[in-house]
Amino acid sequence: MQDLNWVALSVFVALFAFITWLGFAAAHWRKGDLDQLHEWGLGGRRFGTVITWFLVGGDLYTAYTFIAVPALAFGAGALAFFAVPYTIVMYPILFLVFPRLWYVCHKRGYITTGDFVRGRYGNRWLALAITLTGIVATMPYIALQLVGIQVVIGALGISGTGWAADLPLLIAFAVLAAFTYSSGLRAPASIAIVKDILIYITAFVAVIVIPIQLGGFGKIFAAVPEAKLLLKVPTAHSSAEYSAYATLALGSALALFLYPHSMTGILSASSGRAIRRNAALLPGYTFMLGLLALFGFFAIAAGVKGLPEFAAGFKQFGNNYAVPALLLHSFPPWFVGIAFAAIGIGALVPAAIMSIAAANLYTRNIHREFINRTPTDRQEAQMAKWVSLIVKAGALAFIVFVPTQYAIQLQLLGGIWIIQTLPTVMFGAYTRWFNAWALLLGWASGTLLGTIMAVHVGLKPTFPLEVAGYTLPGYTALYTLILNLGLAVILTPLLNALGSRQLAVDETAAADYQA
Amino acid sequence: MNGTQDKRRGWSWWYLLFVVQFVAVLWPPFYNSAAPYWHGIPFFYWYQMLWVIVSAAFTAIVYFATRQ
Repeated sequence: MQDLNWVALSVFVALFAFITWLGFAAAHWRKGDLDQLHEWGLGGRRFGTVITWFLVGGDLYTAYTFIAVPALAFGAGALAFFAVPYTIVMYPILFLVFPRLWYVCHKRGYITTGDFVRGRYGNRWLALAITLTGIVATMPYIALQLVGIQVVIGALGISGTGWAADLPLLIAFAVLAAFTYSSGLRAPASIAIVKDILIYITAFVAVIVIPIQLGGFGKIFAAVPEAKLLLKVPTAHSSAEYSAYATLALGSALALFLYPHSMTGILSASSGRAIRRNAALLPGYTFMLGLLALFGFFAIAAGVKGLPEFAAGFKQFGNNYAVPALLLHSFPPWFVGIAFAAIGIGALVPAAIMSIAAANLYTRNIHREFINRTPTDRQEAQMAKWVSLIVKAGALAFIVFVPTQYAIQLQLLGGIWIIQTLPTVMFGAYTRWFNAWALLLGWASGTLLGTIMAVHVGLKPTFPLEVAGYTLPGYTALYTLILNLGLAVILTPLLNALGSRQLAVDETAAADYQA
Repeated sequence: MNGTQDKRRGWSWWYLLFVVQFVAVLWPPFYNSAAPYWHGIPFFYWYQMLWVIVSAAFTAIVYFATRQ
């Protein structure tokens, strides 16, 4: 590893210190009673269009994304750009479905997806399935955020052996845990503003300066091997990367807003209208993500992998080191400090929201439902605060003791699992037609088959589905969602006929879903 | 059922703009080519980046058109 980069480190530490102060000070921002769960865990549902833009943007476009998408472009090429159609098509879904969910959650006082499912379907087991899926899918996602921090800490030249090697990560997480505990969702909301400004500065400066250094976009793309520049074209036997690209984009878009942390960000908005407006404004982040994906090609053109000073970094972090190496190669140390702080802080924002979301789920839909049915507001908020600490400690232990590869693979499985909640949650926003047990069986089948398929192909995201001798490589999550949905549709009339319909109670009314 | 009434009341022809953007970016044959270049950037990349802006504009149009 290169020597300690003092200037960059100082800027990095200074910015970290600032957001630490901000995280604690946030407790007093739009002050509410933090002994109530909706104040701690949803910021009192008071964030308008602008704060929601920063919060949800900081929540969905995570530090790991900023490292991993360019790394995929660096390694695999054009396929990595699926992140762009993915983050285009997710906004119509946000626009259409989620304001309805916002209204019903607001009117009924629901804090989590589990609350909504419990109220809509009157079935605690379906609610439990949705809750557990959310928590399990979120855990490796939090762990991955730590990978983002680890890479930039390594790139700053901080190294150590044994326990000391993980010390900076421990400090970052202790800070994160403390301000989340004390300020709840207000902490990541305020920090997101700083982080997003830093990341926009980094992205736009880099996308102007680096191509100038490298002699223009023409030269950059000429340096990319031809096989990586475009998607592999279908043959007589396979749809090749075309189907993989489209299904990855669509499946990821369908899954993203089902994650508990997305839901938490959305529910903290002050109105359904703020969500609709953000569906038109959040693509600003998509544009930036597209620019960042191009950084993978900048790194190829700059030839950072061949430079001796980065050899150790690539050895330790693989292609995830491409962006940090590119920034170190192209910019003076003070700017590197800003860019790395943007990535590091960019990891803390989603990690905080994810741990809050998981804590809300446990508190409302497991503890309250199965252990203590009549908690006071104060007990409920306190429980969530403790659980947020446990969740983060778990993620930290995971990243310190288990190889990073497992976190990545589990996060991949998490995508397959979370999409299985789509029929219950998204269709549930429109109709109560489905039988709750049919949804539960569809969920179980999709989860089981998805896991088996993913393991079968060595935990890669795409599965080579064969139809009449023609191979359609596609996103496993999307394929298994079709099975899930099909089962739910077929089983609903069957189970209704068997008489389980009488048990179903829907405490929501049609008017709850609108302004 | 209440659900179907809701859906009818909630439908707007403006939502077809969403369908357009789905098709435009989820059908790779439309854009998987290097030419035409734009300032040295292959079509594959600038086409999709352009759609980020177009789709945001579409969503804004739908927002204003369907505002009650």
